[in-house]
Amino acid sequence: MEMFAFSEAAGVEDAIRAGAESGTAQQGARVRFVAGGTTLLDLMKLDVERPLAVVDINGLPLDTVTKLTDGRLKIGALVRNSDLAYHPDVRSNYAVLSQALLSGASAQLRNMATTGGNLLQRTRCMYFRNRALPCNKREPGSGCSAIEGENRSLAILGTSAHCIATNPSDMNVALTALGAVIQIEGTAGKREVPIEAFFFEPGDTPERENVLDPGDLVTSVTLPPPPQNCSQVYLKLRDRASYEFALASAAIVASVDNGTFSYIRVALGGVASKPWRSLEAEEQLYDQPVDEASFRRAADAALAGARPQSRNGFKIELAKRCIVHALGVATAS
Amino acid sequence: MRPTEVFAPAEPPADGQSARKNQLAVTLRVNGESVALQIDPRTTLLDCLRETMRLTGTKKGCDHGQCGACTVHVNGRRVNSCLTFAVMHQGDDITTIEGLGRPGSLHPVQAAFLEHDAYQCGYCTPGQIMSAAALLEEPCGATDADVKEAMSGNICRCGAYPNIVSAIQDVRSER
Repeated sequence: MEMFAFSEAAGVEDAIRAGAESGTAQQGARVRFVAGGTTLLDLMKLDVERPLAVVDINGLPLDTVTKLTDGRLKIGALVRNSDLAYHPDVRSNYAVLSQALLSGASAQLRNMATTGGNLLQRTRCMYFRNRALPCNKREPGSGCSAIEGENRSLAILGTSAHCIATNPSDMNVALTALGAVIQIEGTAGKREVPIEAFFFEPGDTPERENVLDPGDLVTSVTLPPPPQNCSQVYLKLRDRASYEFALASAAIVASVDNGTFSYIRVALGGVASKPWRSLEAEEQLYDQPVDEASFRRAADAALAGARPQSRNGFKIELAKRCIVHALGVATAS
Repeated sequence: MRPTEVFAPAEPPADGQSARKNQLAVTLRVNGESVALQIDPRTTLLDCLRETMRLTGTKKGCDHGQCGACTVHVNGRRVNSCLTFAVMHQGDDITTIEGLGRPGSLHPVQAAFLEHDAYQCGYCTPGQIMSAAALLEEPCGATDADVKEAMSGNICRCGAYPNIVSAIQDVRSER
């Protein structure tokens, strides 16, 4: 691990000032905030992250979950994954988020990992994690080893000729289905970004993963008022039953009225370069009868644009069955 | 910004010599005792416990949060000590396997592991026991499947899982 200067941020402005010294907030950042540390230390040990300065933000007052007067739920960036998963409001009103959090990592990691950190967690692509091999995300222009390489776990949606890395987060998939909004404070003040606009597809700049600029600090994530009369399901498919990343996952928020879908949100994980909302699946379901044929049409639409690689073609059918099964669970009476 | 007590350079040192000079002061409370240390900021809590404090009960397995051998309690909650810097734990209450019980006054989980033969080589055992002791205070369902899920962050290469689950269930049934 490279040497770095360690400091503790005394306040949000303090952190922003320190972060602004970095040339980028993306891959290659010279300044990194540390919260739970579960992604950052992992990658620093691999020399994939080599910050000159590490700023501890754990002392900042961003660790509470607050019900706002307009019904939204505000989740501080430093709220630990375990605390969020077991929060009474989240368990009863945003069950898909609780389920997604508890399906990720281990109890130990969930006790450490934060809302902001999980949002920003990095891909598990083995070439990104291995400095001996080319990777456009880690070293722009060096090439993608995963295309034609070991790509079984990688993405089939939202990829490019330069990068096929998967966003590994379960939490992000649930946040996408729930329509979360990210609050950011930076050198130019405060701003809010809907989660669907927060992440970028790789295109020809896979090293740029999200909207964050130097000095930007994610301070909270807000959820809209609880969806009414909706059932919520997170279904995660993986190689082993626990403590494993998704090969495919689906987050469903659904409401059924007189036998047809009156509200539906579908988001996918494990198969895409970013947490993937499937408007195509949703369009196929609105006002449609709740039956297997509708589910299958939605699943086909969701994966119509899939681009399989040499070793992950199985993910197309796996993701479809994941959607079909999750819709079935969500609508079982 | 609150500066750390010892100066840390803004630029990385050009050679290993100056890197060794880059020490920060931190006071950790480990197993009830406060210990003032001067450590390299890169030191993980795991390495600090094992190498600096010579508390070698906590084990290093993967060093990347994938095995659970390094599990300790920070302020009563189980964490992977390999994925956190020691300097981030000023004033935190840290409990390791050495502080959980003593010969003659074992923690109930330690006693149950002995009784149920919940290990073979023993390397993962301190992490398993620290994890299980924390689990007792967490929301966890009653079934064996619930315990397996809650303990999935601790890998046992010998495959002692059935006896680990029975040891934990034994302790839970007594509470």
